[in-house]
Amino acid sequence: MQRPLEAIRREQGDFIGRGVVVPALSRTKRWPFVPSVKSGDRVSGGEVIGVVAETPRIEHRVLVPPGVSGKVAEIREGSFQVTETIAALDNGTALTLIQKWPVRTPRPFRERLSPTLPFITGQRIFDLLFPVAAGGTAIVPGGFGTGKTVIEQTLAKYAQADIIVYVGCGERGNEMTEVLADFPGLVDPSSGRPLMERTVLVINTSNMPVAAREASIYTGITIAEYYRDMGYRVALMADSTSRWAEALREISSRLEEMPGEEGYPTYLATRLANFYERGGRVACLGSGDRQGSITVVSAISPPGGDFSEPVTQCSMRVAGTLWALDSDLAHRRHFPAINWKRSYSLYMASLEDYYRRMVAPDWADLRKEMMALLQQEEDLQEIVQLVGVDALQDPQRVTLELGRIFRDDFLRQHAFSEVDAACPLDKQYWMLKVIFAYQSLCRDLLKKGRAVEEIFSLPFREELGRMKEIPVLGFTDRAKELMARMDKEREREVE
Amino acid sequence: MDLLTREYGALHSISGPLLFVQGVRKVSIGEMVAILLPDGKERRGQVIEISERHAVIQVLETTAGLSTTGTRLRFSESVARMGLSPELLGRRFNGAGEPIDGLPEIIPERWVGIIGSPINPVARDKPAHFIQTGLSTIDGLNTLVRGQKLPIFSGSGLPAKEIAAQILRQAKVVGEATEFAIVFAAMGITFREAAFFLDEFEKSGVSEHTVVFLNLADDPTIERLLTPRFALTAAEYLAFTHNRHVLVILTDMTNYCEALREIATAREEIPGRRGYPGYMYTDLATIYERAGRIKGRSGSVTQLPILTMPDDDITHPIPDLTGYITEGQIVLSRDLHRRGIYPPIDVLPSLSRLMNLGIGEGKSRADHRGAADQLYAFYAQGRDLRRLAAIVGEEGLTEPDKRLLKFAERFEQEFVNQGSEERSLEQTLILGWKLLGLLPKERLTRIKPEFIQTYYKG
Repeated sequence: MQRPLEAIRREQGDFIGRGVVVPALSRTKRWPFVPSVKSGDRVSGGEVIGVVAETPRIEHRVLVPPGVSGKVAEIREGSFQVTETIAALDNGTALTLIQKWPVRTPRPFRERLSPTLPFITGQRIFDLLFPVAAGGTAIVPGGFGTGKTVIEQTLAKYAQADIIVYVGCGERGNEMTEVLADFPGLVDPSSGRPLMERTVLVINTSNMPVAAREASIYTGITIAEYYRDMGYRVALMADSTSRWAEALREISSRLEEMPGEEGYPTYLATRLANFYERGGRVACLGSGDRQGSITVVSAISPPGGDFSEPVTQCSMRVAGTLWALDSDLAHRRHFPAINWKRSYSLYMASLEDYYRRMVAPDWADLRKEMMALLQQEEDLQEIVQLVGVDALQDPQRVTLELGRIFRDDFLRQHAFSEVDAACPLDKQYWMLKVIFAYQSLCRDLLKKGRAVEEIFSLPFREELGRMKEIPVLGFTDRAKELMARMDKEREREVE
Repeated sequence: MDLLTREYGALHSISGPLLFVQGVRKVSIGEMVAILLPDGKERRGQVIEISERHAVIQVLETTAGLSTTGTRLRFSESVARMGLSPELLGRRFNGAGEPIDGLPEIIPERWVGIIGSPINPVARDKPAHFIQTGLSTIDGLNTLVRGQKLPIFSGSGLPAKEIAAQILRQAKVVGEATEFAIVFAAMGITFREAAFFLDEFEKSGVSEHTVVFLNLADDPTIERLLTPRFALTAAEYLAFTHNRHVLVILTDMTNYCEALREIATAREEIPGRRGYPGYMYTDLATIYERAGRIKGRSGSVTQLPILTMPDDDITHPIPDLTGYITEGQIVLSRDLHRRGIYPPIDVLPSLSRLMNLGIGEGKSRADHRGAADQLYAFYAQGRDLRRLAAIVGEEGLTEPDKRLLKFAERFEQEFVNQGSEERSLEQTLILGWKLLGLLPKERLTRIKPEFIQTYYKG
């Protein structure tokens, strides 16, 4: 509802009463404004007329509101309150630091751009297997306890974006408190500033009014669009869209509308699609070639973890990336509990070029090989279930072991680990290289007649397991050194 | 007071627990209504819906015997409220907040509406204090933290109440003696179950720190909707006005949800899954979210709701929606119970979301997180192998797999199965490490090497 919680607390105490009205932005605080256009310049909607240092990290670019244009008659520098006039146009329009925009209307832009840049998350399973493009949409459906919120929060912490808008929609109060308590203390690795300086929180806990919950998603995306128009890369974390859809359902049933599937209104799919489509990478209005993007990551809480329900289904039709959470994986504490068989990414082809240029030419090949291996392992597991491990041949045992390495030592990533919580693309690549080197070592040694148990008991296996805890700095050297030692082991056998 | 009351006689119809009245003006939702029967008896109700022509009143007691003629309604212009004072402690009330222990009404320090307001997220304080329950499966693997809401998902016939009672008996924050209180809300449980808890309070000498709200199976169903709200209003008062650490037991939430469904169908609302109303999530949230800590106040509200999963089905709407709101869950397993393991807590689907806030260096022990993760991983693998062993026989397994199988067995028999013994966290971790010793050191990849150095005994 865009009511500032701190101000409400000052006025009302620790509980939120009904009918409190507090202005969303402080009307008394003064902001230093530095203009970037001169009087006499012609401006139109979306033009940057000056900047305000909102936080030491974010330069707030003051825009001409969409639909307004003219010649600048007067523009002032100095320190202003948000409602004071900072510039006037020749047609008499006065511009202030504050802008108002109806949350349900998308803000305009010049044109949409195709999603060719990845949204880098620092999570191996996302970046390597199921990437999402900057300006794309990813949905994360999962039953309770599968780690939706942890994923959203991890992305909010480590993903590469200029601005994070985090919409806590109908979720737990204590979780929001955690965000509020943790983020100011967390340092953003790329700028060295507190993470809070790039984060906007829109909070509506589950016990707050339902109508506000319905609005909170729109409030979030409008804030995201506003920063996008300044030319920033914005990520919107919606946790969770299901709660918003439920609010929609509740309001709809109070209006006595004819219900569709599971009591949701029939326009659920349209509303969801409209919301997701407000994301995207765009060229902004105004002069210059500012580009901004909104990446939407939307958590979905399907009842009973059953993906056939309407909210998940409608979202799947629109979203480009599906990160399907799996409660089996979560129960065995395999986090992030992403089921790699069900998940998919439609951005793979358009992003491949970026990975090839920026990380390594063989990135996509390694990825394919890894997926194939996981599939083979899966098939072999079925055989093992029927007849036991002894029935397998030695090369198959190697495949089985490799599958386990990929699952446990590569895909698993501890969100609260000091080193491994975020893993840059380079490290991901070298980890992959080392694992594949280990595979060829195993296969070569087998050919030379060594027993499979003996090969597995070489110290390399344990080293692979600890690889992710090796700090990013100097990781490449460590990886190369490990691969050299593997080569030596292979040679040793020749003698 | 009397000047403000208005009486109406235009009862239009009665349907289930609902009365429809015509031409009522100036009423408000939540207003309490006295229903005067022709024979001079009185029942109570609450306004739940108002339209231009009708007002709908939900009768808290039964509607049996009510007639549309001769019945009069008196509106009191006040929403359901509750009188609060420290005298609440040691008292016993019915589901509608009236004393049933033979003592007079309390003299309230203040009156408060029982619906409650949400705690402002910026005023909330992060839960951080580890509560030692003395149960290894909870302390070691699914740690309970002050201000948390951690439900027990039970099935009919499983010993949820024994576990809850044991937690009540043993719960403490290590190295701290604080003023605590227990608020107990019974919704639709049998007298036998309620008596078990009351006995337990008596035996462990905590009765004078306990507030009891009883709505038994034969009490009016609709009152059940108010019972947890009375209880939580009392709990918030004790915690945030009188700085006590309040542990709230709500049992059984399944009955609460059924009462909710009963009202919803009587109001002819569009049913959601299995006939439960679509707003059940929101409604449950207004109960469960009333837990936590507030900055600058030393008290806390910790909730331990108990619910029965119909047919042990965790995807049933009641456990499902609860799991989406609460900060984890403790799941009981019929399989473990049959094998005589007590407490029959199945750790795999169980979870405590706030665990990381309560453990680690300075709170429990630095190796706690890693050890818990490793125990989990091995037990999950062991359980999978058990299925495999059932098909191919134990001989078909490799040596490392046999060890995992043995680990799973001993984990259940020693770690989970502790009976009524109370274990300190230290004892729990020692036991955990002893079990981890069944497997070779190299397999412990989820634990930092320095902890393996210190604690591992092969």
